[in-house]
Amino acid sequence: MLHIVVCVKQVPDSREIRIHPKTNTLIRQGVPAIANFYDMHGLEEALRIKDQHGARITVITMGPPPAEKTLKECISLGADEAILVTDRKFAGADTLATSYVLAKAIQKAAEEFGPVDLVFCGKQTLDGDTGQVGPGIACRLDLEQLTYVEKVVRLDVEKRRITVHRHLEDGVEVVETRLPALITALQEMNKVRRASLPGMIRAARYKPIVWTVKDFSDIDVSKIGLKGSPTIVAKSWVPEQKPVDGEILEDTPPEEAARQLVDKLWETELPEKLGWDAEREEVAP
Amino acid sequence: MAQEKFDAIVVGAGPAGSAAAYTMAKAGLSVVLLERGEFPGAKNLFGGVLYRKQLEEILPDKWKKAPVERRVVEQRIWLMGEESAVTLGHRNEAYKEPVNCWTALRVKFDQWFADQAVEAGALPIYSTVATELITEGDRVIGVRTDREDGDLYADAVIIADGVNSLLGKSLGIHREWKPDEVSLAVKEVIALPREKIEDRFNLEKDEGVTIEFFGKTSLGMAGMGFLYTNKDTLSLGIGVMVNHLKKKKIKPYEILDHVKKHPMIRRLIEGGEVKEYSGHLIPEGGWNSVPPLSGNGWCIVGDAAQLVNFVHREGSNLAMTSGRYAGEAVIEAKKRGDFSQETLSLYDEKIHQSFIRKDLVKYKGMHEFLKEEDPDLLFNRLPQAANQALYELFLVDGVPKGEKQKKMLNYLKEAGGGAWGLAKLGIKGWRAMNG
Repeated sequence: MLHIVVCVKQVPDSREIRIHPKTNTLIRQGVPAIANFYDMHGLEEALRIKDQHGARITVITMGPPPAEKTLKECISLGADEAILVTDRKFAGADTLATSYVLAKAIQKAAEEFGPVDLVFCGKQTLDGDTGQVGPGIACRLDLEQLTYVEKVVRLDVEKRRITVHRHLEDGVEVVETRLPALITALQEMNKVRRASLPGMIRAARYKPIVWTVKDFSDIDVSKIGLKGSPTIVAKSWVPEQKPVDGEILEDTPPEEAARQLVDKLWETELPEKLGWDAEREEVAP
Repeated sequence: MAQEKFDAIVVGAGPAGSAAAYTMAKAGLSVVLLERGEFPGAKNLFGGVLYRKQLEEILPDKWKKAPVERRVVEQRIWLMGEESAVTLGHRNEAYKEPVNCWTALRVKFDQWFADQAVEAGALPIYSTVATELITEGDRVIGVRTDREDGDLYADAVIIADGVNSLLGKSLGIHREWKPDEVSLAVKEVIALPREKIEDRFNLEKDEGVTIEFFGKTSLGMAGMGFLYTNKDTLSLGIGVMVNHLKKKKIKPYEILDHVKKHPMIRRLIEGGEVKEYSGHLIPEGGWNSVPPLSGNGWCIVGDAAQLVNFVHREGSNLAMTSGRYAGEAVIEAKKRGDFSQETLSLYDEKIHQSFIRKDLVKYKGMHEFLKEEDPDLLFNRLPQAANQALYELFLVDGVPKGEKQKKMLNYLKEAGGGAWGLAKLGIKGWRAMNG
């Protein structure tokens, strides 16, 4: 049976985050924690593969104990096991240290529950926004790397090959590769299901597996947590709000709005600055 | 998947439901606690007073850890005129130890209270709506939810799904409330620095004050407003009888806006930032609106059973105690192996012997009284007259005191339709307050 690992992260709900006006730090107090939603699209894709081909799904998160909430959510949706990788020594990790620990955890999951065929990560997290952890894991574990995937087109379990659509800036790339592979998920990939009642009951009873530093036999402590993180936040500030000085063309049909916009631009200094001294050509509607 | 059966399902993780779930789980019963909100407290509203005694009876060891805001040392009652108030109140250090009541916020308290039930062994199932009861003949045998494979079975179902009780309706014991049986309360939580609150309300550290006000602030409708001090927020709200709202075609937030402009309120909330706005129905039909409390395989508790003493703005304590009683009845039913009404009516008996029934019966005429009397008289003309009368009393303007007293009486008489009308109203009011 396929073994799929899904990496998830519990993040502060970025819609409710505010930045302290004086200290420039995030006000985390009272901000609800949610599952990073790109990760949940990864889980949903894993669940769809499970529905179709049969698979064992292991969910892994690295984070503080309250992250159990997100793991239980994954269980309620249909994941088989959930692992909380937690230790004070892991705290303060940047993407380098995080991908190191997650790669170790995936290796350990492979040792305990069988070789891993597919790893799903979200495109990026809502709080860090780097999109580096997925590729970092793929590199460390030598997995085929499929980032920004908007669709899994085909999975041939027999031949161990997978075909996906990668959403790139200038189009869609169709890629076929062999397993084991790592996919980072976009939200266009699927619609995340709602847990069934038996799923909810299973999750309410479920206790995640907890791995601390001690549980890993081969972890290099110089590569984890703050110590293993070369990234330094030198400074952070809130960009000054620039007053909006402009006009919004509302309640106007698009063509009319475009025409008005062009008219208005011609009235500015812009054409002159650009050296457009020629007469303006009338464009057919 | 083989059907699993629980001892009890509690629908609704408010104070009533969590008290029931805790009581049963602690006695070793298998309990599911269903909640439609994402977490307990997400959808709930109360003014903000939590009473110690009934909480301590449920959690004798842990009540001290409850997330509360301030212990109430002073309660004020204001009778509001246009830009004045007749004030009455009581402050006493004796309210501190033992604590009489606290101000609290439901978002924090309900989560904590439900967590106690979960720690005791209840299974929390949140973000799930119980849509109807599953019955077999005249027995309730489970609950249908809005999730896939959503049927859940148990020997007993405790209905704690609040004032609009979907399940009470599905059982047929709940009709739609008439507009005169419910009030609509709107509330704002307003952030203010701690020191400002303590200065403005004459408080130290964790001391708190509650203010209830009625009169001109409810725009001629039957209603009561409240202003409570939390740690660094104020809870300000007003509840008005729904039939009066309908008749006057006034929107709830308009009343609250009006309240916020009253000089007695305005300067207390000045500079505050509104952090939350919420509205909720409050069951205020009194004892006459209380439905049957139990049947074969079910009990109904808290707001769902109209267990609110609106005269004393008590609700969460009645809810918790009713939840505990229902839980105890189910525990006994489990012992006897009989979940029929015969055993579960133990719950009715407990309610009947408690302060819940006694208080509600005492005020059972109040709802009728408020329904029949002209709200403009009770909540507009009389309060205004009382304010005018006291204005005269304290005004030194060379008018002899004897004349002043006459003037004062005249204000009241005029407002109340003569001495006879006033006396009749007084008697009716007295009766309404005393069963």
